[in-house]
Amino acid sequence: MTAMRFDLPTPDLETEPFWDAAKEERLLIKHCNACGKYHFYPRPFCPYCWSDDVEWFEASGRATLYTWSVVHRNDLPPFPEWLPYVAAIAELEEGPRMMTNVVQCEFDQLEIGMALEAVYYPTSEDVTIVQFRPRPASS
Amino acid sequence: MRVDDSLVIERRAVISGAGQSDIGRRLYRDPLELTLDACLVAIADAGLTTADIDGVATYPGPMDVPPGFSGAGVVDVQDALRLELGWWSGGIESPGQLGSVINACLAVAAGLATHVLCFRSVWEGSAQGDKGRAGVMGGGGGGYRASGFMEWTMPFAAPSAAIWIAMMAERHFHEYGTTREQMAQIALNARKNAGVNPNAIYRDPMTMEDYLNVRMISSPLCLYDCDVPCDGATAVIVSHADTVADLRKPGIQVEAVGTALRGRPSWDQFDDLTTMANRDAGAQLWTRTDLKPSDVQLAEMYDGFSFITMTWLEAMGFCGKGESGPFIEGGERIARDGVLPLNTHGGQLSAGRLHGYGFLHEACVQLWGEAGERQVPGDPEVGVAAAGGGPLAGALLLTRRR
Repeated sequence: MTAMRFDLPTPDLETEPFWDAAKEERLLIKHCNACGKYHFYPRPFCPYCWSDDVEWFEASGRATLYTWSVVHRNDLPPFPEWLPYVAAIAELEEGPRMMTNVVQCEFDQLEIGMALEAVYYPTSEDVTIVQFRPRPASS
Repeated sequence: MRVDDSLVIERRAVISGAGQSDIGRRLYRDPLELTLDACLVAIADAGLTTADIDGVATYPGPMDVPPGFSGAGVVDVQDALRLELGWWSGGIESPGQLGSVINACLAVAAGLATHVLCFRSVWEGSAQGDKGRAGVMGGGGGGYRASGFMEWTMPFAAPSAAIWIAMMAERHFHEYGTTREQMAQIALNARKNAGVNPNAIYRDPMTMEDYLNVRMISSPLCLYDCDVPCDGATAVIVSHADTVADLRKPGIQVEAVGTALRGRPSWDQFDDLTTMANRDAGAQLWTRTDLKPSDVQLAEMYDGFSFITMTWLEAMGFCGKGESGPFIEGGERIARDGVLPLNTHGGQLSAGRLHGYGFLHEACVQLWGEAGERQVPGDPEVGVAAAGGGPLAGALLLTRRR
């Protein structure tokens, strides 16, 4: 029997490209051709100007840390196995923020504003999530 | 800009009665029975009978999932009490939990009802038992899959308000230099007040040392920054102001309300995640009255997590933006004998997660001078009740009628 877990997404026609790209280690967000803004999470219309002239855009994966929390208690499977871990909001270079995790970083090194880069973690056979790690100054 | 008084129709409403059921960590009682207990106490408190009630409002309405989040819907209560209604409303999409009470104010002003029974009941304590949140989330057998906005939070292990609010608090700490020792005062003040509230869940004294040493849940929120699931129901009666002569005690005037939702109501896209919807709901409230924040003598404001109360202090203008940390430091200002007595019943942190309505109940009890050992001194006449966190926010400014 497969263990119950609460973390898997339900991709639909609108969001499937994001999850497919993540498996290929690419971070997709949406770009609006009408007003030029980027948005996340992906929608079929722009949340700033309501144009439906929006298309997928491969983000650079560069971000800064907007805020974070070290999570010590989360009893929904599979998260107990993750504890403690870092929940975070990353501000992408293109503008939008996304909820994510910071990995490969000591907790006492976490600092709002720190440079991050995307990494990809296969959380199940068919789902890969986008996480972030500290980005060296040179990249 | 000041809204013309002729448009401030919530002022045609008064709170005429309030009541609560038994409240406990886990009562294992029928939630409808708890609900009716609170309703009947509130109706009698107003000097009314069930025959006088012609409106019902509730939050969030009937919900099976998560278990314990809702003890009854409008029709459960309407049927059980055989009420003849001119107006009713229940639902989860409103300006916070007290949005249901604000709806009731507007309904009596519109002449759709004269006495509206408003209630909120929970049995989260019993529902969760000893299993924590896993016991109340959907799914089972691998059946749960995140969709909607949860598709963008769950896969990243951010499934709950504890984590979202923790990240807001961390951002506030960063921008304004707020400290855990400052935030602790919300929890310590609540516990101190709970100590003199016989209905509170946790009443033993808590020290700063206790607070700083208890286990972390989601940094910077520790266990004592999180409210306590419980079983219990709260009800208030909203009556048309023209009926005050028929009531058992002085009605409490609804002076103004705040209900705004502006910007993007998202836990990650909101323009300033050191605050949220309460910023705009609070500002809106002050456009509907000549009273000022400095006129307020007590504030009962949502503490699902202690940080949320800090955002309410700023949103309501009791201190400047970013200044809630220094405002509560040391706890003197928010104590019962301070300049702004806060969460005088113990809040949800210590008195139990009655989910929004507990704050309104306490504001009314204080303004009626019925709070016993925890009564705010000086015969207070102006109070605020506010509820909701994140994208939910609703506030009422209340005055005792003379």
